[in-house]
Amino acid sequence: MNLVIIIFGSALLVFIGGFFGMLYRGIDRKLVAHMQARVGPPIVQPFRDVRKLLMKENIIPDGAISWLFNAAPFLALVSTGSLLLFIPLFGQPALLGTYGDMILVLYLLIIPSLAFVLGGFASSSPYATVGAQREMIIMMSYEAPLAVVALGIAWRISHVTAANPFLMSTIAEYPIWSLLGPVGVIGALLMLFTLIVVTVGEAAKVPFDIAEAETEIAGGLLVEYSGRNLSLFYLSDVIKAFAMSSLVVALFIPYNLSPLLGITSTVGGGIIDGLFFLVKVFVVMFFSISLIRAGMARFKISQASTVYVLAMTMVALVGMLLVWADFVIRM
Amino acid sequence: MIQEETKKATYTIPVGPIHPALKEPVQLMLEIEGERVVDTDVRVGQVHRSIEWLGMNRNNPVQSLYVAERICGICNICHPFCLAIAVEQAANITVPDRAEYIRVIAAEMERIHSHLLWAGVAAHEIGFDTVFYRTWQVREEIMDLIEYVFGNRVTKAVLQFGGVRRDITAEQIPRIRKSLDYYKSVFKHLRRVFLEDKTVRMRTRNVGVLSTEDALKLLAVGPSGRASGVPKDVRQDQPYSAYADLNVKAITPDIITGTVVGDVYDRIIVRLLEVKQAVEIIEECIERMPEGPIMSEPKMPRLLKLLTDAAGEGVGRVEAPRGEDIHYVRLEAGQSTLATWKVRAPTYVNLVAVPTILRGMQIADVPITFASLDPCMSCTNRVLVTDRVTGRKSVMGYEELHRLSVEKTKELQR
Repeated sequence: MNLVIIIFGSALLVFIGGFFGMLYRGIDRKLVAHMQARVGPPIVQPFRDVRKLLMKENIIPDGAISWLFNAAPFLALVSTGSLLLFIPLFGQPALLGTYGDMILVLYLLIIPSLAFVLGGFASSSPYATVGAQREMIIMMSYEAPLAVVALGIAWRISHVTAANPFLMSTIAEYPIWSLLGPVGVIGALLMLFTLIVVTVGEAAKVPFDIAEAETEIAGGLLVEYSGRNLSLFYLSDVIKAFAMSSLVVALFIPYNLSPLLGITSTVGGGIIDGLFFLVKVFVVMFFSISLIRAGMARFKISQASTVYVLAMTMVALVGMLLVWADFVIRM
Repeated sequence: MIQEETKKATYTIPVGPIHPALKEPVQLMLEIEGERVVDTDVRVGQVHRSIEWLGMNRNNPVQSLYVAERICGICNICHPFCLAIAVEQAANITVPDRAEYIRVIAAEMERIHSHLLWAGVAAHEIGFDTVFYRTWQVREEIMDLIEYVFGNRVTKAVLQFGGVRRDITAEQIPRIRKSLDYYKSVFKHLRRVFLEDKTVRMRTRNVGVLSTEDALKLLAVGPSGRASGVPKDVRQDQPYSAYADLNVKAITPDIITGTVVGDVYDRIIVRLLEVKQAVEIIEECIERMPEGPIMSEPKMPRLLKLLTDAAGEGVGRVEAPRGEDIHYVRLEAGQSTLATWKVRAPTYVNLVAVPTILRGMQIADVPITFASLDPCMSCTNRVLVTDRVTGRKSVMGYEELHRLSVEKTKELQR
């Protein structure tokens, strides 16, 4: 592919990801506010927050390792931005879909968390240190269920095609639901549930906002960050939530509306599919972030890692087992 | 070469004086090992306002009563109530029956709003913001009722020595009943959210345990003591005011669960049941409230004369929402102000239990555990020594306080 397209495309994708990420964050805040019997901020509030943060002074604490402290936000934003290159968005194949598959996406998902941890440790605050330790634990905890879900889907797809089953284009071509019987559908639903719970952890929202935990460690990881650095972390946070929801959509709802409506034109079909994609992401975000965070208390770190390492991994494994059983039955 | 003995390194996390988990300034120095709290040092003194000195240096005791109201924004009935009892005892004033009932109604309304406020704060501490907002929405009803009946949401200025300053009229009763019925109807929702929700249970069961022995040893008072199975309640043990007619029973968590654990969950149970109990007490008061005057001495100059002439000592004990509140008052004949005024708010006693209940807890448990005592710092702060020249501040220790007390006693005996 042309290098110019890659460079401009990536810049455009980060911009689009940031825009929709912030838009969804605004909608999420408004919805949760209404669930909590509040009026809530206007939907454009995240945009205003970022604008204001960019104007604020960038304070670096005396005890901090300043180069690491400053590098961490950039690392976080760049890695979340590159996530978008490998996940199909707006009903179109991923920009660099041919260069990397789901395994790469799983690895890329770790890097923003690592950047948060680095920034936390570099800021020399005891609150941030505790937050960084918690972030590491939670990060390691949700890897296992996430990997099981990815494997389960790819394993099933590998039986119907000779193409690389981890490629996003292959997954989009063979939607998981069309391959399964009733038993397998239950299994896939369990895996979807696992992925939604993992999304909450990836997005660091209640009940898994342990690394930030305002009332416990006063903002944890981000306690020393301000101004531009904080705005970069904020952006990478909203983009990550958007990317994670897009991943759920790509893995489980890779359907497009245009073939169903019989629209064949590239432009018209693209617009319809793009809008439909936004609706799908909204639905995923509503169930995985807004609804859960309005209805639960924050877990303790030990409880959260128990939920992921034991409970969610078990659920995902049972789901995988059911998909396997379905395959054997229907052979 | 000398091998240094290796030991597990602990580090210190300061919580406070300003921290999102704290609603009022206090400092907890937590000794942490990993995520576990090894030891805690509680440092109070950040909101010292010389309130007793202010109260003793008003023009007359009636003005001190309004200072007492401002010891704490939440307990704006129980502190003046307590002071009024102490002064009435010292000056031999009898309070009309109707006034006693109105005082009890005011105190119980305060208990409802205080406990609901606490429940909201507790939900916020464990990150359950939806419950926090909803609980405070429920609390608005009692605040509106307080404003309707007593003319203001906080600092109602309803008490007076020898009675109350505002009557509850017959046409106000239906509005009061409406609010009480509202609380009866929402009680089952509150109970479902706080006692049956799984995540709330996960965060509060077996957290911040204060055993019955420890509660007795550390003299925990109020809901914190009752949740540990100590049936201690001034309204039950030494009924004052109209409580003598009402037969109030101390609430312990075994009423619902059958056992006493003494954890945060039990403290939630006790406070929730006390909201229900307060509603019942107000209803009973409205039923039984006798007709009659509301003040033994409505004429202010005569009341002031009476207080100036009076000599004697009085101790007021009131069951505040947080526990037993004690005011000591000494009046001297010919002196128009309070000669001595000493306040001992319930949090002062409960703070002693903080290191015990925090030991072995995770950092995540600290906010909810500390908040579960419903600490009220502004009531508590009394002794803070500030050296204005060096700017050094220190809190007096036991030895020094004892020495100073002995000196002062000798000085007074002379």
